[in-house]
Amino acid sequence: MRITGKGLLDPTSSINFTFDGHMYQGLEGDTLASALLANNVKLMARSFKYHRPRGVLTAGSEEPNALMTVGNGAGAEPNIRATVQEIYDGLEARSQNRWPSLKRDVMAVNDLIAPFLSAGFYYKTFMWPRSFWEKLYEPIIRHAAGLGALSGQNNPDRYERAFAFCDVLVIGAGPTGLMAALTAARAGADVILADEDSRMGGRLLAETDPINGQPAHHWVSETLTELSALPNVRLMPRTTITGAYDQGTFGALERIGHHRPRDPNLPLECFWRIVAQRSILCAGALERPIAFPNNDRPGIMTASAVRAYLNRWGVAPGREVTVYGNNDDAHRTARDLVAAGVTVAALIDARDDAQVTGDFPVLTGGSVIATAGRLGLENIMVKHAGGQRLIRTDCLAMSGGWNPSVHLTCHMNGRPVWNDAIASFVPVPGMIPGMLVAGAAMGVFSTAGCLTDGVRATTEILRELGLKAKKMKLPEAENAAYNLHPVWAVEGKGRKWLDFQNDVTVKDIHLAAQENFRSVEHMKRYTTQGMATDQGKNSNVAALAILADATGRGIPETGTTTFRPPYTPVAVAALGATAQGKGFAPERFTTSHPIAVDRAAPMIEAGLWYRASYFPKPGETHWRQSCDREVNMVRSTVGVCDVSTLGKIDIQGPDAAQFLDLVYTNTFSTLPVGKVRYGLMLREDGYVMDDGTCARLGDQQYVLTTTTAAAGLVMRHLDFVSQGLRPDLDVQTTSVTEHWAQFSMAGPKARDLVNAVIDLPIDGDSMPYMGCGAVLVSGIAARLFRISFSGEHAYEIAVPSRYGASLYRLLLAQAESLGGGAYGLEALNVLRIEKGFITHAEIHGRTTAFDIGMDKMVSLKKDCIGQTMSRRPGLLEEGREQLVGLKPVAKSGTILAGAHLFDQGAEAVRVNDQGYVTSVAWSPSMETTLALGFLKRGRARHGEVIRLVDHLRGVETECVVCDPVFLDPAGGRLRG
Amino acid sequence: MARLIASTPCAGLLPRTIGAVTLTEVMLGPVTSVAPFRDKSEAVTAALAVEGLRFPTPGETLTSGPARIIWAGHGRALLCGVEPPLALSALAALTDQTDASATVRIDGDQAQAVLARLVPVDLRQQIFPEGATARTIVGHMTASVTRVGPLAFEVMVMRSMAATLVHELSEAAIGVAAR
Repeated sequence: MRITGKGLLDPTSSINFTFDGHMYQGLEGDTLASALLANNVKLMARSFKYHRPRGVLTAGSEEPNALMTVGNGAGAEPNIRATVQEIYDGLEARSQNRWPSLKRDVMAVNDLIAPFLSAGFYYKTFMWPRSFWEKLYEPIIRHAAGLGALSGQNNPDRYERAFAFCDVLVIGAGPTGLMAALTAARAGADVILADEDSRMGGRLLAETDPINGQPAHHWVSETLTELSALPNVRLMPRTTITGAYDQGTFGALERIGHHRPRDPNLPLECFWRIVAQRSILCAGALERPIAFPNNDRPGIMTASAVRAYLNRWGVAPGREVTVYGNNDDAHRTARDLVAAGVTVAALIDARDDAQVTGDFPVLTGGSVIATAGRLGLENIMVKHAGGQRLIRTDCLAMSGGWNPSVHLTCHMNGRPVWNDAIASFVPVPGMIPGMLVAGAAMGVFSTAGCLTDGVRATTEILRELGLKAKKMKLPEAENAAYNLHPVWAVEGKGRKWLDFQNDVTVKDIHLAAQENFRSVEHMKRYTTQGMATDQGKNSNVAALAILADATGRGIPETGTTTFRPPYTPVAVAALGATAQGKGFAPERFTTSHPIAVDRAAPMIEAGLWYRASYFPKPGETHWRQSCDREVNMVRSTVGVCDVSTLGKIDIQGPDAAQFLDLVYTNTFSTLPVGKVRYGLMLREDGYVMDDGTCARLGDQQYVLTTTTAAAGLVMRHLDFVSQGLRPDLDVQTTSVTEHWAQFSMAGPKARDLVNAVIDLPIDGDSMPYMGCGAVLVSGIAARLFRISFSGEHAYEIAVPSRYGASLYRLLLAQAESLGGGAYGLEALNVLRIEKGFITHAEIHGRTTAFDIGMDKMVSLKKDCIGQTMSRRPGLLEEGREQLVGLKPVAKSGTILAGAHLFDQGAEAVRVNDQGYVTSVAWSPSMETTLALGFLKRGRARHGEVIRLVDHLRGVETECVVCDPVFLDPAGGRLRG
Repeated sequence: MARLIASTPCAGLLPRTIGAVTLTEVMLGPVTSVAPFRDKSEAVTAALAVEGLRFPTPGETLTSGPARIIWAGHGRALLCGVEPPLALSALAALTDQTDASATVRIDGDQAQAVLARLVPVDLRQQIFPEGATARTIVGHMTASVTRVGPLAFEVMVMRSMAATLVHELSEAAIGVAAR
């Protein structure tokens, strides 16, 4: 019920929204919770386990009950706290965890069998039969218990992530935080003030006590006006600091789009990483409920929430309100309600000696021992000094005292300590390096105390930063006493709820203790107390107080569980923001990419690169047709392929040759200038890391190539060797992969093609096999290498990348006039398999130079990385799996990569495994399938027929073992 | 003989203006990676004096007329805008990197805010003033970020990632502009 003249909202604003299909009106600045209460809607949710009817318990982010689904379709968001969600025109909210409706939820049958669903129920009940857990028990439990569900569709919303830096991060903008921010800002520090609420001010917006004789929110506005005018202050409302991490780093979730209609360009949320030199935690405190029988009916909420709804939102959550508390703070509730014209049916104070007067009945030494009202509170039974009394009431405001919000201080494994005066935990210094805690989060509960404490903490921090705090004039504010007498649970018949969100009762805690789950950590896990999305914010302290009582220990001895990030739930979409779709990984495009796309070449990802798979010609309907044609083209005329993606590393320096001798198994110091050599690199453990070519461009300059996949790995390796292993060598390595666009020209007419594009023609003498040199292409300096990955007479030409596209076009035009053309990765793969050249399919990290038949390349005349380890006896045994070629006995036989090899007649089981297939291609040159693979003692078994079995795809083929070089083993074509 | 036509990394992608930022491609002229050989740093600095420059300290950029030198990592800098002085060739590994990078300038009131979505480095003016440079990441890409004005930065990534750079900067700018 909205009360005219109360609250800080504009009464003339009107916003339409729906809840469970019904249209309601609210005011601008309303949360879903305040707007629903204004419309006398108290039933907002069903509880997690027992489907108990529930209303709102709090007015903040700690809300355990009023979780709703907001929005529709793919972007519908479950488990949105009604106390946090601001309303906007067109907002659609739905209740959760109920069927068919919130008022009539058939799953509420769970509540009737509650006696069987006590703590540890799952552990006791679902032990057997074991196989039933996944198939039966878990799905049923998941279905019956739970929260809202995601749409199951792709996330349609924009999320953002961002980084921020500051000198002082102030967490929370209540009286303490505002004063802290003001003190730091006036001293010239770079300040970020973050607050999870849509409106800064904290409890000052929810209480009626004046500051400087004015309503407190006036002082809040003045302070915010000053802060927002300062260039060194960033105000971040709607921003929850969710975690404290190393080195002054904080995670923060900013709500940007939640309170407006969806805009596809506007991020819904932004996940910030804030790095602060110092931080001040001014997170305030959370009021705790009291565990009395059936304390979970809609209409029962914390006293501070009742005041917040009344004073900030102008909403009375009931017509006849009762207040039940154990401290002086609760009395404000009754006073505020009466002042607003709301009937206070009774103030029940648990303390016998409570001093309170007001225009309402007072029952001291009282406790609520029963409540009634299925879908909303109707009456309560109170036991007090004078006897027992039934009171008609539709809203009960309860206060069990306040718990400082110590959560963030625990994120680096610190533990808060018990403070008897406030019967709660408070932080100790140094729990988070660089962080001070001030105000209510430190157990200082009066407004005057908070204002003072904010200045105190900030002054200390400024001193550490080498800044001087200006003299701060402290505003006048209330300094009332708290006078708490702890009340954790009330005797009486009925369930006394502790953790509203996980449906954990006082009895569950007792049961845990009785069953010897006496450690607070065990109790938590056994009962699931504190494990829901509110992370026990409303129940932790009470639960362990009850555990302490049940186990006969004091609370300090019992200890506390601590809190982990995040402080409030964070959508995974926010954490993974921008990593969706194209944001997942960079795309690397070669200079020829647009031309290949124009020619309808399908692209395949290799690393991050996009490479043309094949170039379909009209009439070709299957990739094999294109691939076969391209292979034949290369073998008969000439083909052009973009090989820019291979890593290219420039090596320079007086010790360049010595350096290469160390990283390669073979010798490069003896390589003449103008020549290229194939090289093999080993890892420290003696296994093959990568292979490639290395060209000597000058006495002290080489350029080596890596495979596409290992370019980064090799670069890192070379950096490590030069910086870490041999810093004494005077050598510099520079990646030039991106500077050069490089194209392969392969085939019998390769030289004709080269001469068609370069300015001065070459011949076999000026550019022999494995030669290299500088050439000019239309006056542009280029590099030419006579190397081959196809077994054909072939060259690679490199030009600065800006000319890549242009040269590729030119090469294609010239090649086509010679009867050749473009070839793609598929043909490239067939060509190299025919020639028995390896790729990372073969050097996959578990093979040695010995295995691939290149042990002779491991020079023993010098040392190299991996050499010693490669000499280990186990790595040089003939029984190892060795690289072989495989051909099907019947030309039409199928070979599949990944298939395993077995001896003929042997059963195709693991223990009989003889090896496996790594690469397969249909060879148009030989009109059969060819494969490379590894076979035990393979080199000695050429000619043998072996059984190939692919268990996954059900293929079995007889194959002949042969040399891996199927084509031109003498190399005549290469050198031609 | 057909002539080769040069194209730029961001051809067809830029310029773009989104909200309060403008993205334009920057051509740095000749770019040479200068990596001094052992004990040659001082000699390199002396050789660079011809261009009015010296070898930069970490995080530093120096400009003199058309010549610029940008720190680019451990013992390495990028000399831009001019061909390297001849005397350098015996003192440092000189590697042509003219075509290795795509460089985009981001200008405008929200330039820093847009980069704050992508770059995990403190870019506040007092920490990262004009001329400051960092080797860092932009989204998932390794990058070099340099402040070139109170409201302007240059972002350099591998040439092949030009399209992703434009995409990342644009998406970040759209989100910032929508606020």
